[in-house]
Amino acid sequence: MSVVDSTVASEPLIELDGVSRTFKVPGGTITGVDAVSLAIAPGEALCIVGESGCGKTTTGRMLAGILRPSSGRLLYEGQDVWQKKGRELSEFRRAVQLVHQDPYASLNPTRTVFQTLSAPIYRHKKAKGTRDATNRVRQLLEVVGLTPPDDFLVKYPHQLSGGQRQRVAIARALTVDPRLIVADEAVSMVDVSIRISLLNLLLGLRSEMGVSIVLITHDLAVARYFARSGRIGVMYLGRMVELARSEALVADPAHPYSAALIAAIPEADPRITRSKERIELRTAEVPSLLDLPPGCTFHPRCPLAEPGLCDVKVPQLLPLPDETPREVACHVAIRERTPAAELIH
Amino acid sequence: MTPILSVRDLSIDYRTRRGPVRAVRDVSFDIERGETVAIIGESGSGKTTLAVSLIRLSPRSARITKGQILYTNARETVDIRTMPEDELRQFRWSECAMVFQAALNSFNPVINVWEQFVDTGQAHGMKDTKKIHARAEELLELVRLDPKRVLGSYPHELSGGTKQRVLIALSLLLEPQLVILDEPTTALDILTQRSIIDLLGQLKRRLGFSMIFISHDLTIAAELADQMITMYAGTVVERASVNDLFYRPRHPYSVGLLRAVPRVSGAMGSVASIPGSPPDLIRLPPGCTYVARCPLAIAACSDREPDLLSVDTPRHDARCIRWKVVAEQIGTADVAVSEKVQTA
Repeated sequence: MSVVDSTVASEPLIELDGVSRTFKVPGGTITGVDAVSLAIAPGEALCIVGESGCGKTTTGRMLAGILRPSSGRLLYEGQDVWQKKGRELSEFRRAVQLVHQDPYASLNPTRTVFQTLSAPIYRHKKAKGTRDATNRVRQLLEVVGLTPPDDFLVKYPHQLSGGQRQRVAIARALTVDPRLIVADEAVSMVDVSIRISLLNLLLGLRSEMGVSIVLITHDLAVARYFARSGRIGVMYLGRMVELARSEALVADPAHPYSAALIAAIPEADPRITRSKERIELRTAEVPSLLDLPPGCTFHPRCPLAEPGLCDVKVPQLLPLPDETPREVACHVAIRERTPAAELIH
Repeated sequence: MTPILSVRDLSIDYRTRRGPVRAVRDVSFDIERGETVAIIGESGSGKTTLAVSLIRLSPRSARITKGQILYTNARETVDIRTMPEDELRQFRWSECAMVFQAALNSFNPVINVWEQFVDTGQAHGMKDTKKIHARAEELLELVRLDPKRVLGSYPHELSGGTKQRVLIALSLLLEPQLVILDEPTTALDILTQRSIIDLLGQLKRRLGFSMIFISHDLTIAAELADQMITMYAGTVVERASVNDLFYRPRHPYSVGLLRAVPRVSGAMGSVASIPGSPPDLIRLPPGCTYVARCPLAIAACSDREPDLLSVDTPRHDARCIRWKVVAEQIGTADVAVSEKVQTA
């Protein structure tokens, strides 16, 4: 399997450049995503993890170009997507596809698999005539492992299992030869026993077709498996707090929030999980997005927080002088992990 | 000592237009006093059907066709299956409480937390509201909530984790001997999930009740369970201690489930999905229900459904005629299955 190494410097396929997104809610305005920058290389597999309300889904929707940032830019091959018009814009719309969490809701229940998959093929003129379209649909069904394809062509979503429905949703994303798939909790609703095969399917698309994939998940074990040769980004209250190679993040998290998450995860191994070291947070309370604390938004809960620093100054996502490229938004981590000599300028 | 709960040969069907769905078939297990049993299995395995039937809260379309649910308290042994309705109402909550999957929908949305406690208490004969108040405060503190803040709140004002804590506190109002939890941490965030797991562990140690929890999530079972039951296609395919199930599984489905869960710490190991999907519960195959997905199946597996057989470790049963082959592959060391099984 050829694995595209994300550290190889290449022009990013798609890039979020300091994007923020605010929402009006009863009681005021919240910043769902706050100044997130993220570049995705062609063929890269990246995971965004975080708890509910951290902005991971909003970030994914902005990456897919279906939600316009309140500020900042979305760049596709270096060009501002939201300045694009006409054919250029539809080219972007084709190149970036979104796969949702719940395939029962995202597939039209009154359409057969063939109707669902052939519609975008016709719309984007990927086939000439019915026979051509049918062949293309058959081919896609084989790619996503729904074989023999003829058994599935005339099925309706309710006749399929959750895993099969999610495969149809992935096949639909593939109808238009995308270059990036944003999969938002795409495996969360399928049974444990088949999750890995769906992740492998997505990873296969990446290695065989060079599709970049951004998987958004709350499950760090899934993220580690999926992004094992790529990166994981951890979000907290709208900000990216750490962005690192998957193994480095899991084995040696730099941000105290990433560390707390990893320590909190139960493992499917009684001995390991019952002896795992805990990280005690100062409070379990998550601040409201309507009333975010000043400085680092994690400081009220952070065991490393330093008064006068963390509650005053917003930490920027900065590169660490690390063995693997990684970025972290934490005053203390940056200071502790940077050799003293480099701190004196 | 008599087990607090003894389920014997329990079978449950759902009536449908296509015919009876055999959701639970010949399930037997015991729960000792103070013991925590995890029932694991995927959607459609029958685990929730089984759990709600234990307090007879099954939907109308469900019918217990066979078996006994024997509950033993200090005084007597009773069969929940044949218990009259008025006794059943007292049994629920005061002897056995259930915490449902969607904690979010388990409250009456138009009354506050304090009124939920009063409602539940009065329905079970607690007349003195002062006593209920004192008990509610004590329980909320036990689940690490601030009673002053929470008691006056309405369900929609509470976060998912807080609601789950309130529900756990509420379930303990009448000091039940047995608590059944259906997916207690599903849909909660990681840090909240951790605090609920720790809380359940502490409550169990302090109060000594027995606990059954139903989950598709093996990690929570690894944290909390003493005994494990794996269900597949409506029946128990393996019964073992938590260490035996995780380190020495003897049913290929348990092995498959364990290998399907990636880990965060330690080696990644060999992770793989189970091919195929579970059988149609209306038209079950004649032999072992797992045969179509099993990498070790032989012709004899399709002849008849195997019994639960005792395997090489004590108090450990597997419904598999090939368990010795599984044992050869897995061995007996205390090492996670994903680290010792080579991908076939």
